This record gives sequence, structure tokens and C-alpha cells, in this order.
Amino acid sequence: MTTLKSAATLKETMGRYYRAIGQAAERRTAPVAWCSSVGPVELLRALGFQVFFPENHAAMLGTARSANRYMPLAHAQGYSQDVCSYLTSDVGAYLAGETPLSAFGLGGIPRADVLVFNNNQCRDVHDWFEWYGRTWNVPVIGVRSPRGIDRVRDDDVDGVAIQLERLLPTLESVAGSRLDAGRLAESVRVSRECSDLWEACLRTATHVPAPLTFFDGTIHMGPAVVLRGAPEACDYYRALLAELEERRQADDAAVPREAFRLYWEGMPVWGRLRALSSLFTEFRTAVVASTYCNSWIFSALDPANPLRSMARASLELFIVRSEEAKEAYIERMVTLYGADGIVFHDCRTCPNNSNTRYGMPRRISERLGIPTLSLDGDVNDLRCFSDEQARTNIEGFVEQLADARPVGARA
Amino acid sequence: MKRYAGVDSGSWNTKAIVIDDDARVLARAVVRSGADLAAAAESAFALALEGSGFHRADVEAVWATGFGRQSVAFADGSRTELDCHGRGAAFYVQGPMLVIDIGGQDAKVIRLDANGQRLAHRMNRKCAAGTGSFLDEIALRLGVEIDRLDALAAQSTEPLELSSFCTVFAGTELLTLIRAGKRPADLAMAAYRSLVKRVVAMDVLQGRVVATGGVVAYHPTMARLLGQEMHADVLVPPHPQEMGAFGAALAAREGAVSVGPEVPA
Repeated sequence: MTTLKSAATLKETMGRYYRAIGQAAERRTAPVAWCSSVGPVELLRALGFQVFFPENHAAMLGTARSANRYMPLAHAQGYSQDVCSYLTSDVGAYLAGETPLSAFGLGGIPRADVLVFNNNQCRDVHDWFEWYGRTWNVPVIGVRSPRGIDRVRDDDVDGVAIQLERLLPTLESVAGSRLDAGRLAESVRVSRECSDLWEACLRTATHVPAPLTFFDGTIHMGPAVVLRGAPEACDYYRALLAELEERRQADDAAVPREAFRLYWEGMPVWGRLRALSSLFTEFRTAVVASTYCNSWIFSALDPANPLRSMARASLELFIVRSEEAKEAYIERMVTLYGADGIVFHDCRTCPNNSNTRYGMPRRISERLGIPTLSLDGDVNDLRCFSDEQARTNIEGFVEQLADARPVGARA
Repeated sequence: MKRYAGVDSGSWNTKAIVIDDDARVLARAVVRSGADLAAAAESAFALALEGSGFHRADVEAVWATGFGRQSVAFADGSRTELDCHGRGAAFYVQGPMLVIDIGGQDAKVIRLDANGQRLAHRMNRKCAAGTGSFLDEIALRLGVEIDRLDALAAQSTEPLELSSFCTVFAGTELLTLIRAGKRPADLAMAAYRSLVKRVVAMDVLQGRVVATGGVVAYHPTMARLLGQEMHADVLVPPHPQEMGAFGAALAAREGAVSVGPEVPA
């Protein structure tokens, strides 16, 4: 992983966030809402909620490689090994009474007063939230999104915007306050600014050599996930962008002597983030961009039209789009970042984020004339990942790239 | 005349081969990999050298491949088995082609262009089904030595199917069929058919298909069934089990480069 000066600020920013939400939950100083990662956070912030993102928590379990310890507890509750391992590891950790947030002084995960989902990403997030809703006897509300969208149409946007409005009575009741239009517009404005800054950070990797990789992005995206709509996230990304620009100017490479550039499609393998980063670095290969890190770019957000723009932003996301729209998106990214190939992660328990299963890698390879690699694994369940097989797959793929490159070309 | 060698450190067996300048095979050796991959590599290489009548100093370069390639400390370079099986097959067969390598614990499909250049590859999932381990499990259930399984299947008269996707489930399905009075020969053939179905599902098998690896070396039924499934002949080149080691020796002869930090800028 690339050593960035901003890492210290990142740690402080994330620590402040976790402590604040822990205090709010324990001392009841603010209502707590759980929100799916690309859910309507702006609405929640405008109503004064402290917002917790269980996907971030699950990723922490994955990164700490404790997820596999907890999953069996959820399996025993009837949650299959084949459903989202974020869900099973998070529920299992709750049942075990453990959380990595204890490192920030929290006695447990912050108890929700309401859970708000958008199922644009999958059905599992709804099932996940329902488990806590039943456990704590609190409301679970959300947006049921259309999926497989080719072009985002106004009537799709209308439908989601109406659903967002319908969340308000419950949210206002739990928050004990009415929605202030000015606060919502401000929250959307700040979210958009965060999105633009995060996008600019990621775009620095269009430079050759790239100053950061996908693996760095998965760590530094933390504030864009949990503090979207809060000014602290913008402060963080202004500093990160300045550092990345500096690195770009100095040709300071994330992967020393970068020879190959790849695009990563799919979820990270959280428990092998560092190992995979080291492996690609060993092969002088920079994974320069990813659908995953780009998924926290919400360019449609518009403070002049908060709810409709939130609806549009949620519908423009890669994960809700049609195969054709996804392929066109990947093509744009591969061109923009100058990728030599694409790694598709076939994430065993996350079919919605695995674009390997309906023939896309082959179609993309033929469309773009670049090779693709499908890597079996999982976001949190390391039983589905083989280090040895991954190494051979990746090394073999880089061999293929190296052999295809004309002698004397950059390598 | 220069000599080159390749060592394929596989999950079950370690294979070594010594070739000359013209890629003529001078000697081959196969030993059990066991738990000490480095020792197995030393042993296989020593046996191959002995068979060739040359000494280590007579060998220009040794390259390693296989899942234990990094354990072959004496190797001058390494390439994945994806590269080496493709490289070896392309020496014997004119591309474009699809190379199917079925080993003890994994199966690979490698697509090569007319020049033998790799276009794509697929490996089996993290699962024993579709690999040599599946046949070992079945032989165990049938109570026959693994090296007798192919001869047993040759006596098959009734076409049976094993429909399970999983090696363990296939084992229990086998027990059900045994209880139903089905003949071991037909069950052995059903096991081969099941393995072939897993392999053909890995990629579109069109054009020239070449089969390599220990499984096709010891189980000729596999290549025959693969051919039936594809309605085409499946080519089995010489020494299919040592094809990876041969490819590694060719990489040494051709002066390939290992990918990694040592690649010259």
C-alpha cells in the first residue's frame, strides 16, 4: 500500500466520526440512523441524525480478518453461507458482542433508532437491516429501486423521489424535528462537493505513473462513505487531493517502476487487501481505477433540486444499470485511465457486484481488445479465496500482458 | 550443444525434464511432492539429470513452474503453469488452440493464438470437482487403486450419470448407486463423464484442443470422452504429465523473462 502523509489525518477523521456516533448512541444526544452505503444520507443529516454505515463496519471486520470467526453465528441463525458475507459477519459479530469499534472506545455498535436502505445495490442490505429492525424493534424503511437501467429516465427519477418523500414522516417522527429545506440543500451541496473532490483524487491516477492505486482508494474512501454530506469529508479530500497532485507532479509512483495498468471491477477482498496490493506491486502492475471506488461519485447531486437530484444520483450508479450501460462505463474508464487489462472479482456472496456471471468479461475483452481476468474470491468470506490460485491467476495474467507487449515498449 | 531443464512443482507430483538445444527431451523424472517442495524439486531434478547422463554444470539454465515454483531455489527463473503448459503444447501443436490441463488439484483452460501467444485462461474454482482429486475420491469409494480406474471404466456397458456438482456429494451419490446394484465399471465411467462435464463448462471448446497434465497421462478415457463431448479429436502431445516442466525448460531455452521486480526497465 502507498504511504501517504494524509493517512494520519484519515485516521483522526475516521476516529472522530466513530467516537461521535458512539457518544450519540450511548448518551442519546442525537438520534442514530443506519444507512446503506449509497442510501439517502443527505436527508438523514439534514434531520440531525448521526449516521452509521454497517457496510463500513462489515468491511472493518473483513480487513481485520475476524469476519470468518463471526459468520458461523449468523449461519446458525438461518442465514445461508451463500448470502452477503457483510451481512453474516456483521450479524455474527453482534451476536458475539464484539466490534472493531471498541478500538475507538465504543462499547458496541451504535444502536439504531431507524434503519434506512436503498436496495439499488442488492436485496441483502434490506434483509440485513430487517434483522436489526426485529432485534431492536425499530423501523426499517427505504427505497425500492428500479434495476437494470439503460438510460436514467425522468419517470424513474420521479418514482425514487416520491419514495424519498415518503420516508419523511417516519424520519421526522424518529428525529423529533421537521425537515428544513435549507439544511437539506446544504447537505446535498456538501455531499456534491465531497463527491467532486473524491473524484478528483481518483482521477490523479490517470497520470502515468499513478500516484495511488485501487487498494489505497479502498482505505482513503472512508470519509466519502461515512461522512458524505458532512464538511469534515471535504476538508479531508482537499488535503488528500493536494498531496496526490504533488505526487503526480513529482512522478511519485504508487507502484515503483510501473509497467502495467489494470482496472478492477467488483468488490475488494478486504482480508487480502495488503497481500493483493503487494502482489501487484511485485509484478510492477498498478491497479489504477475501479468501479468500486468510483461508486461514491454522485455527480448528479444538485442543491437547487435536492430530492430529485438524490434520486437521480442513486439511479445513475453503476450497480443499478443495464449490462450495456455497465460495459459502456467500463470502456470509458479503461480509456480514461489507460488500462492494459481488467480484473473481474467474482465475489462469491455478492452477485450484484460480480459482473462475471452473465458473460461480461468475454464481451468486454472482445469489445475493447484487452484481456480480462476473473478472480474467484469474496468480500469477507476468506473460505472462498485461495491465495495460491489468486497468485497463479494474477502472475499468469501479467505474463500474458508482458508477452503481448512489443519489445521496447514501456516495461 | 547446450542443455536446459524445467521443474514443475505440482500439488501432488514434482516433474523435471532435461532438453537440448533442439528441445529434444533427454530425460524426465516424476517424484511425489510431499510436504517438502524444495526437496522434491531437488530430487526430481537430480533424477532427470542422472537419466540424461549430464551434470548440473552441463545445464545452461533451469526454470521452475507449478504452484511450488517459488520453492525451487536453484531455478534461474520461473513462469506460471499457465504459461508453461501453453508453451509446451505450442511446441508440438500448431495454434490457434485450447490447452486443457487437468492436474491433481486444479484444472486450467488456456487459449493460444496461431503464434502460441496466450489470449486468455480460466482456472477451476476453489473446489476439487473438475480435478484429479475427484478421481482419487471416486477410486477410494469404489475400493480400487487409482491406476486401475481407467481399465475398470473400459469395461463399462451401462451409461450412468453422476449429477452432483460437488466431490463430496458425488461420493454419496456413488454410494446410492452402489446400493442400487450398479456395476463398479459403470460407476468409474460415470466419474470420468462427470469430470469431463466440469471441464467443458470452463470455456467454449472450439477448434483444436490439446490435453495435458497427469490426469490425461494416466487416464486415457479422459481425452476420449473430451473428444466425444466436443465431436472432435483431442490431441494428447508426448509426455503430457511433464508438459509444464517441458514448457519451463523451453522458457529457459528461449530466454523468457520472469515477471516481477527483476524485469529490466
